[in-house]
Amino acid sequence: MSMTPDLPCSGSCAGGGVAPPPPGADADLPAGVSRREFVEASAKMLAAVALVSGCDTNVEEFLQKNFRELTPEELRQVVARLEKKYSEAAGKPVTVTTTPPLPNTLFGYGLDLSRCVGCRRCAYACARENNTSRSPQIQWIRVLELDKEKGVDLTHANAYYNPETVPQEDKFYMPVACHQCAKPPCVKVCPVKATWQEPDGIVVIDYNWCIGCRCCMAACPYGARRFNWGEPDLPAAEVNPHTHYLGNRPRMKGVVEKCTFCIQRVREGRYPACVEICPVGARKFGNLLDPESEIRVIMRQKRVFVLKEEIGTEPKFFYFYAT
Amino acid sequence: MSEPTTAPTPENNEHMLPEATTLAVLLILFFAIGILALASIMMGRPEAEGAAADAAVAHGPAEFESILGEDFTLGLDTASKERGHFAVPPPPFSKGIYPCSECHGDLEPDDTRRKLEDEHQEIKLEHGGEERWCLDCHDFKNRDKLRLANGTLIPFEESYRLCGQCHGDKYRDWRAGVHGKRTGYWNGAKRYLLCAHCHSPHSPKFKPLHPLPPPIKPQYIRK
Amino acid sequence: MSFLRFLYTCVRLMLRGGWAYWCWVLLLLALVAWGADAYLTQFKDGLILSNMRDEVSWGFYVGNFTFLVGVAAAAVLLVIPAYVYEWKPIKEVAILGELLAISAIVMCLLFVIVDMGRPDRFWHVIPFLGVLNFPRSLLAWDCLVLNAYLGLNVFIVVYLLYCTYVGKHYNKALAGPLILFSVPLAISIHTVTAFLYNGMPSRPFWNASILAPRFLCSAFCSGPAIMIIVFQILQRTTRLKIQNEAIWKVAELMAYAMFLNLFLLGAEVFKEYYSATQHLVHFQYLFSGFHGANSLVVYSWAAIACSVISFVLFLVPATRRNFVTLNLGCLLIYTGVYIEKGIGLVVPGFTPSILGEIYEYVPTLNEVRIGGAVFSIGFLVFTFLCKIAVPMMTGEFRTAGLAEPGSESAGDAHAGTPVVVT
Repeated sequence: MSMTPDLPCSGSCAGGGVAPPPPGADADLPAGVSRREFVEASAKMLAAVALVSGCDTNVEEFLQKNFRELTPEELRQVVARLEKKYSEAAGKPVTVTTTPPLPNTLFGYGLDLSRCVGCRRCAYACARENNTSRSPQIQWIRVLELDKEKGVDLTHANAYYNPETVPQEDKFYMPVACHQCAKPPCVKVCPVKATWQEPDGIVVIDYNWCIGCRCCMAACPYGARRFNWGEPDLPAAEVNPHTHYLGNRPRMKGVVEKCTFCIQRVREGRYPACVEICPVGARKFGNLLDPESEIRVIMRQKRVFVLKEEIGTEPKFFYFYAT
Repeated sequence: MSEPTTAPTPENNEHMLPEATTLAVLLILFFAIGILALASIMMGRPEAEGAAADAAVAHGPAEFESILGEDFTLGLDTASKERGHFAVPPPPFSKGIYPCSECHGDLEPDDTRRKLEDEHQEIKLEHGGEERWCLDCHDFKNRDKLRLANGTLIPFEESYRLCGQCHGDKYRDWRAGVHGKRTGYWNGAKRYLLCAHCHSPHSPKFKPLHPLPPPIKPQYIRK
Repeated sequence: MSFLRFLYTCVRLMLRGGWAYWCWVLLLLALVAWGADAYLTQFKDGLILSNMRDEVSWGFYVGNFTFLVGVAAAAVLLVIPAYVYEWKPIKEVAILGELLAISAIVMCLLFVIVDMGRPDRFWHVIPFLGVLNFPRSLLAWDCLVLNAYLGLNVFIVVYLLYCTYVGKHYNKALAGPLILFSVPLAISIHTVTAFLYNGMPSRPFWNASILAPRFLCSAFCSGPAIMIIVFQILQRTTRLKIQNEAIWKVAELMAYAMFLNLFLLGAEVFKEYYSATQHLVHFQYLFSGFHGANSLVVYSWAAIACSVISFVLFLVPATRRNFVTLNLGCLLIYTGVYIEKGIGLVVPGFTPSILGEIYEYVPTLNEVRIGGAVFSIGFLVFTFLCKIAVPMMTGEFRTAGLAEPGSESAGDAHAGTPVVVT
């Protein structure tokens, strides 16, 4: 059985590789001509309001529909507009892909607590790969320092440890990011369906649809979601030009973001950035539907646990002890 | 409370007037205390530790060679994306030390256990204690090869076979991709690091690292 | 046509007032302007101007929102006895409760908007125009029920006043069911708001099924507390006469509600402290401080003290009927519930954070200014509504020559029905 799909070329996907909205995504929304007319009429009114209120968002962006409601043609236009905008800001060509999920794929992540030394390379590599705001600082990965004597007790966690060297004798380290829950509470509470779970298990956010109510942040049991409290600042030189619409494209102020397992990389077959940077090989990644994948071997052979199992979110992020 | 009360008459109203003053006083007091309480909350915020405090500054990935230097786009040979194929980068030799035969080719081999004094003094063998010495792994005659216990000579690129003789469980995990670092494609070709890339064969304990700085604490995030 | 004239009369009634009225309006407008300036800065720079951060991602705005939903819901405390039990003294002032509900909902919606990271995308929440995650998201529910409650109350109030204006009796077959329907709707707005918190297993401080009953009980204290104060102010500034009996009855009901509120709080505190699981940390942060973080402790205890004292004041008939202690009790209740449901509910839910971090949230001046503006808008709305409603209720507007021509005779016959005329 070959588990090797064709790897889409990263640059060419912007126009051609447009993802059709997943089937059945929004079956509960009434659709029809009358609605469309209504929407358009209201949209014009709203655009006028937006112009009067002096917000700098351009009208097209203001009127943009939810990602899953865009027709392929609309999506092409949106992507083209975003690529132009980002490229101008970065002073180099930035691609925005919409690579769809790979078939027969459900991503899972493993983190070896017996190996992690708490060096925080992952947190910074993630920031570099995913175009997170440098100021105000946003990091999707938070590495916690815990006492070996107390075990996994988050009330005594320390995220701000800064000794000369790690690991410290009596400590262990537990990086936390989005757990891509199979039953994500954040998706449930979002009032506008701006965040959802993709067929490959990644929970994504449409940054252009999020209203910034931060319900998802309150609902997330892993403290994984980050909010753009101010206008994100990302120096043009540091922009990673290879982006995905639902992943690492540059964000705007007032929206929520979080780890997507590097959707722009993993949908092209590559490992997430944190896996590749980890100096101790504590980070493992693979397809949960493939019995031979690293993550499945780990689940079979090692002692695995998920954080806050009792909440019933069924994370696809597994902590394990290789030794 | 159902006993009948007298309906308010003008007299009653006159009688109630001083209470209007008390209501006014109460309201003024209420708002004054409220404003004071709010002000005291806002002032009393324990944040004036200054920039010298821990985690008061945000650091970006561009500041660190280890992050910026890392090339996430690996030049993997994508022609062999087949599962089971794994490339290893060149073994981590000290600079200019390989091939060993350049020096050893002309030297008379000496298999007596001894402390090295002319060359390789920097090697402190901290691997398995007293029982271990050079020729347990390095071949007596061909120094460009490693030697398995059964006498098979292997190149340095396959050193994992040598390590796996004792560390069978790690070797198994390593082959499955569970132990050690893996880069490349989760569904295709991978690059495996050799054991020696992370563990010096002579002193295999993983060396402590200097951690990158902590994230900025929320109280220091300001516009 | 006559409705247009009605609206015109409303505006004229709004613009009639002495120096005290205009001072009050100007003060509120000044506060609105001061807060609007703060909001414009926030609109431009983002919520970074607040002290909310990822660790404590809701704060002052959401706390006020929660409190005000309670105030809005509390209008039912007046409506239930008025219309269900036909208890006259309260029925006469029930419309004031609905005016308060309208103002409170306006404030609620404004607090939601100022809390949004992208207020320009507000249309995403509008049913059919945007994409509403209904029925899964409790916030989507909240949007619907709040707006339904607002719409219903506006309709009832406008309808009743318009009927009074044109001098005919309101249609009982229409108004009656609507008023009755507003009772479950009022309960539902606060229940849904409680469920918004309640439904998050990630936040054990809120994840208690007792939360919705607690919300309702405290709402039945705080809303009427405001009403009692408002009654007295109106009684002295307008010709509206409210029977003391009505006020005392409301105060008595408040005492029962406060007892239930304290009882439910006690039940919650017992469960947390006796079982003393890991989840206790949030209560510890609230009541005794946690790892040196104790900025809420004095306020949480003050809230409990306020609630207990006011409970006693309202329970004892002598202090309930003495307007000095009654008013003191009202202000204490207001303070107690405001702390308990505002910052005392939202902040401990986030502190310590999920990853064990203690970030002590307190609002910034910017947040307080914006909050002040929202409250001022609410007070303005309420002032204007009272300014319109009270003369219509007392029939006073006719003497001022503002009545519908030709309604004079018909009006006299019915004017006394919905209101008290001394």
